Amino acid sequence: MTFVLNEDEQMLRDSARGFLAEASPVSALRKLRDAKDPVGFSKELWGQMAEMGWTGVLVEEAHGGVEMGYSAAGVILEEIGRTLTSSPYLSTAVMGATVLNLAGTDAQKDSWLPRIAAGECVFAFALDERARHNPEKIDARAVKDGNGFRLNGAKRYVVNAMGADMLVVAARTEDDKINLFLVDPKADGVERTARRTVDSHVPADIKFADVKLTGESLMAGAEDSEAAYRHLLDAGRACQAAELYGSALQAFDVTLDYLKGREQFGVSIATFQGLQHRAAHLYGELELTQSLVRRALTTLDTQPSQAPLWCAAAKAKATQVARLAAAEGIQMHGGVGMTDEYDIGLYYKRAQAAGEYLGDDAFGAGEVARLSGY
Amino acid sequence: MSLDTFRKDTRAWLEANCPESMRKPIRSEADICWGGKNWTFASADQKVWLDRMAEKGWTVPAWPTEYGGGGLSKDEAFVLKEELKAIGARSPLDSFGIWMLGPALLKYGTHEQKAEHLPPIARGEIRWCQGYSEPGAGSDLVSLRTKGVLDGDAYTVNGQKVWTSYADQSDWIFALVRTEADAPKYNGISFLLIDMEQPGVSTKPIKLISGKSPFCETFFDDAKALVRNRLGEAGQGWEIAKYLLSHERAGIVSEAAFGGLNPVTAAHQSGEVEEDGRLSDPVLRGDVARLTIDGLAFDATMRRVKEEADHGEGVGARASMLKYIGTELNKRRNELNMSALGYDGLLWEGDKESDGETARSWLRSRANSIEGGTSEIQLNIVAKRVLDLPSA
Repeated sequence: MTFVLNEDEQMLRDSARGFLAEASPVSALRKLRDAKDPVGFSKELWGQMAEMGWTGVLVEEAHGGVEMGYSAAGVILEEIGRTLTSSPYLSTAVMGATVLNLAGTDAQKDSWLPRIAAGECVFAFALDERARHNPEKIDARAVKDGNGFRLNGAKRYVVNAMGADMLVVAARTEDDKINLFLVDPKADGVERTARRTVDSHVPADIKFADVKLTGESLMAGAEDSEAAYRHLLDAGRACQAAELYGSALQAFDVTLDYLKGREQFGVSIATFQGLQHRAAHLYGELELTQSLVRRALTTLDTQPSQAPLWCAAAKAKATQVARLAAAEGIQMHGGVGMTDEYDIGLYYKRAQAAGEYLGDDAFGAGEVARLSGY
Repeated sequence: MSLDTFRKDTRAWLEANCPESMRKPIRSEADICWGGKNWTFASADQKVWLDRMAEKGWTVPAWPTEYGGGGLSKDEAFVLKEELKAIGARSPLDSFGIWMLGPALLKYGTHEQKAEHLPPIARGEIRWCQGYSEPGAGSDLVSLRTKGVLDGDAYTVNGQKVWTSYADQSDWIFALVRTEADAPKYNGISFLLIDMEQPGVSTKPIKLISGKSPFCETFFDDAKALVRNRLGEAGQGWEIAKYLLSHERAGIVSEAAFGGLNPVTAAHQSGEVEEDGRLSDPVLRGDVARLTIDGLAFDATMRRVKEEADHGEGVGARASMLKYIGTELNKRRNELNMSALGYDGLLWEGDKESDGETARSWLRSRANSIEGGTSEIQLNIVAKRVLDLPSA
């Protein structure tokens, strides 16, 4: 089935929705924000996610995972998006497992996949170097040095970096090819600077100054390291799109509830055609987004060679629609939509941040044009 | 018979019976077979193909055999469709009788009505048109005023319909007529089948901004409709009309989403591409890419809705969402075609029959979000029936 969830996925969705509503409602994000939490997510919640088996959905059983695939990862991220849960799920359970599966050596897989499945480590990805996502503009260099490498470069917007146990760094080797390296965030020469962002997350900028790496830190398990890098980005985009879609859906639901409860001119404002049409249009956009997100996830699971187009399209659409849903939500809430007390503004902020990550809608449109041959 | 055997037999029969010239794609309106008393076949093969398919009941494969259909199961009908597609066969017969009146007759008709009207539809002998809209009843269709007065075994009908596609070439019209003057407006309408070959019925074509069109005005001056040709009960017409409209919307959507020129091909035609195939104007390229994304999303949504329907979730009012999105998308596609063609797109008349086609298609697309219920009406339906927002 391409679009309809199977029974396991439906159960997963129901349990995820119930659990997150209880353990990580929007107020949990407010708490992290107001306490100026140094890492920006709750390690306790991360442990609970592991107990539920969520961290192992992309890890094979031999390494302690449950191997349910991207479709299931998307189901969880959709629910994470609904409650604006800040967690290392995307960077670790999705991108961490993905990069190990694609490019990890046997030793790297044996060492890290079981820890990902058990929720015992947090991965962060040091990829982008510019203000906008641009996967080709990599200037970081890893130069051969004895049996190992010496790494130099500067990275932007490394999500979850302050709480990370392991960094995955994209750097060019002497053949000018982009390769991925596992780097200890506490190694000499690694300097992390926390950036508190508009969505109350804590990504970091990282400088790598003559960082000494062993030969085993190179992720040498892929035949073509750049193909693995691109596929990692595709998987990240589809799953980030799933989170954005979940956020958009919740922003829409919250707004519909508000419309039904608010009265002006002596009547429910939900009766106004001007607002009804905005809501109905948004509903259509959400339906379109759902289809693209599901299609991208199942394509990753079943026809990975077809994934680039669907992942780019899904990320672009989810970015545009999550922003629209929250922006329309603020407008339809009226004045209270501008207050910090109401949640709708938090959805608008998160849509912008998650939208930028791994490429916004303009970036995705460019990819779709390129992949379509025009 | 097993489905595999059915497929084998079907393939062999089609191979033996579909004329070679009927295995080419339909290029223009002239290639479509509409049938009817006044029909002139475009070729001998067109007639042969229609007769052979009608003989098998395969112009309407899923209708019961006693009414001229093929009596096929849903799965068999699907196999037939696949096998027709496999050899590139054209549809032997297209008509409003098949798409719209047929389903309503099957659902609401008596045995006598089905026996009288369905077989001639299946054989392409009678061509039907639809009489719904009136000059004063567009979006507010239920306020229609064409009047039918009962007089013995017939209604005397007076009034005017508009946007009756192909009325000037049709033999019969199915029309909404106010027969119960004193009933509340939703309960006063009857669904009448009216023979157009009588002095009281006349038609007049309508010219559109896109040029010639199939649309007509249709006038009733003391026209007669026999009571036995009333579908359903007196006053049940609105219910039947709504059922039919859902079929019409599905048709408009599938037309809007697929086929036709796209902006990338258009840019190649006008030479507005670089050597590597990249569209020359970077901003236009971005607009086209966003259209591609929404096109992929719409296509995926159609498939998803179908998959969900197969799992027992009805399409319901989401048909209105699909109609809204699909038609708005088609308008955008046509606008971008014109933009990609630049001056070339402005040609209206020339030496070739196809000259001006893009401009006509662009202009015609404006009607997509008006006909079959405007975009605004679809949004009203989504708001009320999907989102459960209250009426004013």
